[in-house]
Formats: sequence, C-alpha cells, structure tokens
Amino acid sequence: MDILANLAIGFDIALSPYTFMLAVIGCFLGTIIGALPGLGPSNGVAILIPITFTLGLDAVAALVLLTSVYYGAMYGGRISSILLNIPGDEPAMMTTLDGFPMAKNGRAGDALVISGVASFVGALLATIGLMLLAPMLARVAYLFGPAEYFALYLLAFSTLGGIASKNQAKAALASCVGLGIAMIGLDNTTGMPRFTGGNMHLMDGVDFLVAIVGLFAVSEVFVFIESHGKDSAVGVKLDKVTIPYREIWQTRWTMIRSSVVGFIAGVLPGAGASLGSFLTYMMEKSIAGEKGGFGTGVAKGVAAPEAGNNAAAGGALVPMLTLGVPGSGTTAVLLAVLMTLNITPGPTLFTDRPDVVWGLIASLLIANFVLLAMNVPMVKVFVRILSVPPALLLPGVTMISFVGIYSLSGSYFDLVLMIAFGVMGYVFRKLDIPTVPVILGILLGNQMEDNLRRAMVLSDGDWTFLFSSAIANGLWIAAVLGFVAPLFLRRFLKKPELTED
Amino acid sequence: MKSDRVFGLVAVLVALAYIASALQIQTSFLSDPVGSKTFPILIAAAAIVCGVSMIMKPDQEPDWPELNVLASLAFSVVILVGYAYALKPIGFLVPTAIVASVLSYQISPKPRFAVLAGFGLSLGLFVIFKYALGLSLAAFPKALMG
Repeated sequence: MDILANLAIGFDIALSPYTFMLAVIGCFLGTIIGALPGLGPSNGVAILIPITFTLGLDAVAALVLLTSVYYGAMYGGRISSILLNIPGDEPAMMTTLDGFPMAKNGRAGDALVISGVASFVGALLATIGLMLLAPMLARVAYLFGPAEYFALYLLAFSTLGGIASKNQAKAALASCVGLGIAMIGLDNTTGMPRFTGGNMHLMDGVDFLVAIVGLFAVSEVFVFIESHGKDSAVGVKLDKVTIPYREIWQTRWTMIRSSVVGFIAGVLPGAGASLGSFLTYMMEKSIAGEKGGFGTGVAKGVAAPEAGNNAAAGGALVPMLTLGVPGSGTTAVLLAVLMTLNITPGPTLFTDRPDVVWGLIASLLIANFVLLAMNVPMVKVFVRILSVPPALLLPGVTMISFVGIYSLSGSYFDLVLMIAFGVMGYVFRKLDIPTVPVILGILLGNQMEDNLRRAMVLSDGDWTFLFSSAIANGLWIAAVLGFVAPLFLRRFLKKPELTED
Repeated sequence: MKSDRVFGLVAVLVALAYIASALQIQTSFLSDPVGSKTFPILIAAAAIVCGVSMIMKPDQEPDWPELNVLASLAFSVVILVGYAYALKPIGFLVPTAIVASVLSYQISPKPRFAVLAGFGLSLGLFVIFKYALGLSLAAFPKALMG
C-alpha cells in the first residue's frame, strides 16, 4: 500500500514535537480567529502569512501552522453564529439558521457540542477523502498540458463568478481587475516592463500578499468604522456544557451525508465551503420535510451545515494541491502561502515533495483531534473571546497587518498600496462586487497567460489547439456551464436570509 | 442604480486606457505568436463587456454612508497613510498608540477606552513582535536611541 507508506512518512514529520506544537498553536489561533466576528479564515490566515515568513519557518512548518489555522477557523466560525447570531465567517452563515434559535431556547451548550462533533466528522472524512483522492487526481493532472491548464484556470474563474456571487457581470469584472493587476510588472516571456508607468516599485509586479491583506483585513476596519461596531449584538449566555450523546447519535447519518456532499462541493474549483454548507443544509431540510422543524433550532440543522462546511474546507485542498487551482477564498490565500514558499502546487508536488504533502495530511488528521478537544470540552474558553470589543480588535488587526507587510518588504510603497487595496475592498463590498476573484486573478494571472502563450508556441499560433483534447474540451464546457447555469438556477435556489430577532 | 452605472462607466474607461497602454508595450526580439499585448487586451475587452452590462442592468443602490461618516472614513485613510510613512522614522510605539487610539475612537466613540486600547495595543504588540516573534522593530526614533 502506497498510501500507508506515505502516511508513515507524514506522521513521522507531523509527530515531531516541533511540528506538533505548531499544529496545536495553529488550531488554537484558528479557533479564536474563526470565533471573532470580523475575522474569518481568509483574513485570519492573510494577516498571519507575512509574520510566518518573517519568522523564517521552513515550508512544512509554515504550511502546517497556516492550514491548522484554516481548519481551526472553520471550527471556530460556528461559535459566534450560535451565540451571537453573527456568522464568524461566511460559510458559518447557515449555522445561524438553527444554531441561534437553539441557543435562545436555552440549549446553547448542546448546539455548540453537536456542531463541534459535526465539524469533526466533516473535517475527518474530508481529510481521508483528500488522502485518497488527491494522489489519484495528481496522476490525471500529468495529462494536463498548457491548453488544459488555460481552460482549467478559466473554469475556476467562471465557477467562482457563477456560483459564489449574485451578479455574474460583477464577479467577472472582479476577475478582470485581478488579472489586469497581475499583468503589471515584467513580462515573463520577453522581460519587458508592462503597465509600470516607469515606477521602479512596480517592476516586480504587485505582491499578492499586499493585495490579500489589504482587501481582506484593512477593508474590514473601514466597514466597522462605518457601522460604529453597532452589529455587536448582545448574545446568548452559555451556562453549562453537557454532551447530548443521544442527539449526536441521532444525527449520525446527517453528518455523514453532509460530509460527502460538502467534500464534493469543496473539490469543485471555485465553489468552496459556503456552497458546501448551503447545499447540505438545503438537502437535510428537504429530507426532514415539514416535520423536521428546520429553522426552529433542531440538532440536524446545526449538524448539517457544520459537517458540510468543514468537509468542503478539506475538499477545497484537493484541487489546490494537485492542480494549483484554489476552490475558495481561503484556499486562494493558502495557494499564496505555497507560492511564497516557492512550492509549485501540481502533480509534481506529490513526487518531488512527498514530505510537504504527506506531512500536511498527517498534521491535518492530528489537528482534527486537537480541535475536537478544544471545541468540545474547552469551548467555554473560546466563548470568553467573543466579548473582545471591535474597538480593540480591529485597530489590533490593522497594526498587525502593517507590521506584517512592513517587515516583509520594508517599503512605504507596499504599505500605501495595501491601504489602497483596503479602500478598494470597502468600495467593492459596498457595490456587492466579490473580492475573492480579484485575489484569484492576481495569483493566477501570470500562469494563465504563460500557459496560453506556451500553448500557442506549441501549436505555432493555431488557436484551435486550445480545443484539441478531450480534457480541455470538457473543461471549456464545464466553464461555460458553470458561468451560465446559475443564471437559470438562481430562481430555484434562493439563499435564506439571516434570521431576525 | 446610479452607483452601478457610474462604476460600470469607470470600468469601461479604465479598460480603454488599459488597452491604450497595452498597445504601447515595447516588444523585444524574443517574441512568440501571442506576444505581450494580446492577453492584457483580452482581459480589458472582457472588462468592457462586464462594465457595459453593469450600465445596462444595474443592481439596487447600496446604502452609502452619510457625509460625516464618509468624512471620518476619509480621515482614517489619511491617518493610515501617515502611519505608513511614520513607522520607519519615528519608530513603532508612538505612531501605533496614536493611530490605534484614533481608529478605536472611530469605531466606538468612547475616549477613555480608545486611549487605553491604543496604548495597550502599542505596548502589547511591540512586546509580542519584538520578543516573542523576534521581528526587528525600532521602538523610538533612531535619533533618540543614539
């Protein structure tokens, strides 16, 4: 068995005291980040990236730390959903639908425990799925040439724009903005400057970390200044935490079904965890029917979206590691981590750097058990953190962003650029334009162009080469469908709004 | 309605400028069938389609903040830019305390809390960055440190 041998390598790395310590720290920080309203997996990981690099961690260590934060944030997101009715991050929105009513009925502790266990089941099954599926997909990925990669990148943009947003034109425009920014700098092929306006700082291009921290973290401060922190609603008190064994047993099939669906949603490029939790909630709601009482605070309504979004978080790692195409905003941030560490995700990653891949997988397996322990018996510790007022938290986040970017490049120019991205993020959010496609564009722009140009070099300028293989054609069709289909489906699949008090 | 139209128009204009600038890109003797201009022009063309579609089919008008809130947002941007330029010459502690207090006050207008938050964050983050994480940060202006 290949997998067992590989896992042995992985556990060898993951169980070394240093790596294990990083995983525990990551889980702890992640749960806090996920629980705090205003910080989610994407901006939480984003502000930690520059600091991780300045610490000089090696590739495996940095990756283990940041993916533990990612998994932890997916767990932690449910805490503020349930207690405050404010999703700590976007995928946790569906958890508010039944979690908050349950808490208001005096069952906050039960809701937290059930959702914690559901998160564990989802994340564990997804990590196992990742372990089985990723090496297989990596083998398929060997068949990918430049034409296929170009179509694949297109697929990522179109599904991200199609499924994850309300308005196709806005999502596509956001992708164009990102791609356009990626073009700034020296042309990879000819070495000539493009769009730099003679500015020396722009010769290297726009650093994607600056864009990520600006769009995700700095813009958050502006949003809170506008709302004056008014959204920090008075939450529900948590008294005693007991473990409702019977209900956990009753929801076992819900958790397993939701994990499978969530994992598949996560693997699809561009779809991600929000889709995972949405699909699983709707699925369980229709299975339970009218009598199920979804929306009034039932255990299944908490278990389904949590298993779904954690499974999707694991699933989203599959395309990110094997193809270099992220499935969600946070995996886009993790891709940025890999690229900064000089690790090229893709099929060769599995043969060239098995220590990275399997060390990561083994760490995630361990992280899951650590997170279960933190999120069920120790959940009260994290509940305290919710009382940190935004007027303290957000200035802190801003200062961390500044120091992080400053210590990375030491240039004023990058800091000012980061503020500009923050303003852009605020305006985009006001206009309901998604910012994740911008990040994806900046991350993938150069590779997308390189693959197009390489394809044309291979075919000597014949454009039909882009449609010359079955895989490429399949990806093109999927890309067009992924962009167009939601236009028609949107009428049937309406996202439920947040429950009002 | 109006915001989307304005933004769409801006997007179209920027995209046109982008194309104009793409046509100016110097070519070199190393060339390939696609060249350095095609892909940027394709992106800008797609952006124009999106911009036009935003002009034709705008969404509902977002609720923009009132004028005084916009002013305080603009002020926070100015102070952040100032912070970016102050970090190196003046050191970490003083600018951080001031900027963090101002931001905290802007989020929730409680002066005493804001000042305490600013000083607390400045000192706390400095200790974490400098001693726990080992980043090289200057606490005070270089001139004072000798």
